[in-house]
Amino acid sequence: MSAPPAASSPGSDFAIDVTGVTKRFGTKTVVNAIDLRVRRGEIYGFLGPNGSGKTTFIRMLCGLLTPDAGTGTCLGYDVRSQQADIKRHVGYMTQKFSCYDDLSIRENLDFIARLYAVPDRRTAVQQSLERLGLTRRSHQLAGELSGGWKQRLALAACLIHSPQLLLLDEPTAGVDPKARREFWDEIHRLAAEGLTVLITTHYMDEAERCHRLAYLAYGKLLTHGTLEDVLASVRLTTWTVTGPGLLDLAKKIRGLPGIEQVVAFGTTLHVSGRDAAALEASLTSIRDPRHEWKKIRSGLEDVFISLMDAAKDNFA
Amino acid sequence: MSASRFTLHRLWAIVLKEFIQMKRDRVTFGMMVGIPLMQLMLFGFAINSDPKHLPTAIRAADQGPFARTLVAALRTSGYFTLTHEAATEAEAHRLLQLGEVQFVINIPEDFSRRLLRGERPTLLIEADATDPSATGPALNAVRAIADHVLDRDLTGPLARLRAKAGPIDLQLHAHYNPENITQYNVVPGLMGVVLTMTMVIITALAITRERERGTMENLLSTPVRPFEVMLGKILPYIVVGYIQVTLILVAAHWVFRVPMMGSLPLLYAVSLLFIAANLAMGITFSTMAKNQLQAVQMAFFFFLPSILLSGFMFPFRGMPEWAQWIGSILPNTHYLRIVRGILLKGNGLAEITPHLWPLLAFLVVAMAIGVKRYRQTLD
Repeated sequence: MSAPPAASSPGSDFAIDVTGVTKRFGTKTVVNAIDLRVRRGEIYGFLGPNGSGKTTFIRMLCGLLTPDAGTGTCLGYDVRSQQADIKRHVGYMTQKFSCYDDLSIRENLDFIARLYAVPDRRTAVQQSLERLGLTRRSHQLAGELSGGWKQRLALAACLIHSPQLLLLDEPTAGVDPKARREFWDEIHRLAAEGLTVLITTHYMDEAERCHRLAYLAYGKLLTHGTLEDVLASVRLTTWTVTGPGLLDLAKKIRGLPGIEQVVAFGTTLHVSGRDAAALEASLTSIRDPRHEWKKIRSGLEDVFISLMDAAKDNFA
Repeated sequence: MSASRFTLHRLWAIVLKEFIQMKRDRVTFGMMVGIPLMQLMLFGFAINSDPKHLPTAIRAADQGPFARTLVAALRTSGYFTLTHEAATEAEAHRLLQLGEVQFVINIPEDFSRRLLRGERPTLLIEADATDPSATGPALNAVRAIADHVLDRDLTGPLARLRAKAGPIDLQLHAHYNPENITQYNVVPGLMGVVLTMTMVIITALAITRERERGTMENLLSTPVRPFEVMLGKILPYIVVGYIQVTLILVAAHWVFRVPMMGSLPLLYAVSLLFIAANLAMGITFSTMAKNQLQAVQMAFFFFLPSILLSGFMFPFRGMPEWAQWIGSILPNTHYLRIVRGILLKGNGLAEITPHLWPLLAFLVVAMAIGVKRYRQTLD
């Protein structure tokens, strides 16, 4: 990695470059000394359990909250002192739908475009409607839209001023798979055009579509990097088992040494642990010829749950 | 930083948005027009501080001509309607106790005789004075009647019995509203009350609603400035306020025949200050309230003293000093004096200027608190 860019150079490689960012509400530390660098044009996935500090962290990036400690830049602007400049160049999509229910799609977009003083507003609004396929619905009230259309509108609203950085807080929660896929195709198109995207999600398939990932729990950044980096960061061994009486088997093996996760996936059981030797020793002890055991590559979800369990031991 | 300066295009964006939302929320808009009309009809016709035709019982032990003249005079004063005749004192008291009558007029049996002898007979009027405002005007009327009603009957040798004038000839003139028509006072006063109620509540909800619906977070993440949001939310409702003022003035003129002595353009001009002061108050409440219910409660907290301590309902000078002090902070107190001054007394700018300053001061302070409390971040 290159040296950290000067705080006021918008042309640097990193759209987000922060160190030690901390936020406390009362005595509770919600975000605890997070360092994060996001390259321009990258899709960065932010994962973590509910209440892990993802939303708070994003709010600090877009100037809605001031960090209690830590320094850094967002698009080259200081996150503590240049919040007004950050706001002009960032598109933020909140977790909760935040367009006006009693305004039509076009009116919502027009309102946001006016706030950002978008040049040639009419054209910008029209193009935005076309790009997201909202033209035919432009006179429909936002409150009457279904989940998928609301999400499209919210995305259109935070793109109308051509931001350089998109912060998306759980944009696909409650959206059907097809709409989700189309949404991600759009995100990839935008990233290809040079837009940086930071996106939080609970879906593992979405995490796999990001260029890089970070996993947050209890306000701490537990791991980050590419999908391969993250999978490798936790040396997790996973076995699957199929056969009769899986429920009883699960009960039996839970709590044996080296066994950390026993999860049922339809007709198979996934058994994982970080200590490969202890795990295999335990499995040998309960071998049953009726069962078929197979060693597989650990999934992202197994890795995250393992990370969270470990974090619980360390911080909670 | 160019992003942190006030800009007209962002202000206009908010104004437009508010107008569209107002247009969509037909019920609220209807109420804003309906409330002034309804209150005007209710209070304009219902409130009367000079009640007449009060039920009265008479216990006449003397049916002579003097007594009859007296009773007739009381009846024509309009204050008394004879509904009962009581034979005994006990019966008369029962009527009072039951609230069947407001007054009992007692004419003693030797009334005529003692009158002729110049012994100044007693005329006892008993009143149910639980509500002093109901009995006061009627009793004042009795005093005037008693002094002169018999003048026409007491002629010739009886002329000496006429009421003798005192050393001072006291004359009272009621200025501006000599007929004591309550509407002249109530209807202009309603302008302040209606504006206070609707303006404060509507804007108290304005920002709280954005926070409750989650649109606030979005708004905060844009470059829009607090002052632009406040002003953008205030301006559309100034238009609504003027609609209300016009409705009330039209009704005051055509329905209640309230005289309009002064300049209407002046009244419209100064109303701007009052409307803006109330809107700023509402906005300030909305920055404090956590939800819309709290916002409405705060608005009522402000509304009640604006009715009770402003001189709308009770005479301002009758209140203890501390209450007058609170009253003189409230915009409605000053606006009432301005409106009544312009409409009933024909006051000009010079006469109302002392009441403009407190309005302006209130507006500035409320707006300052509102802008300061409107958080640009979620911290």
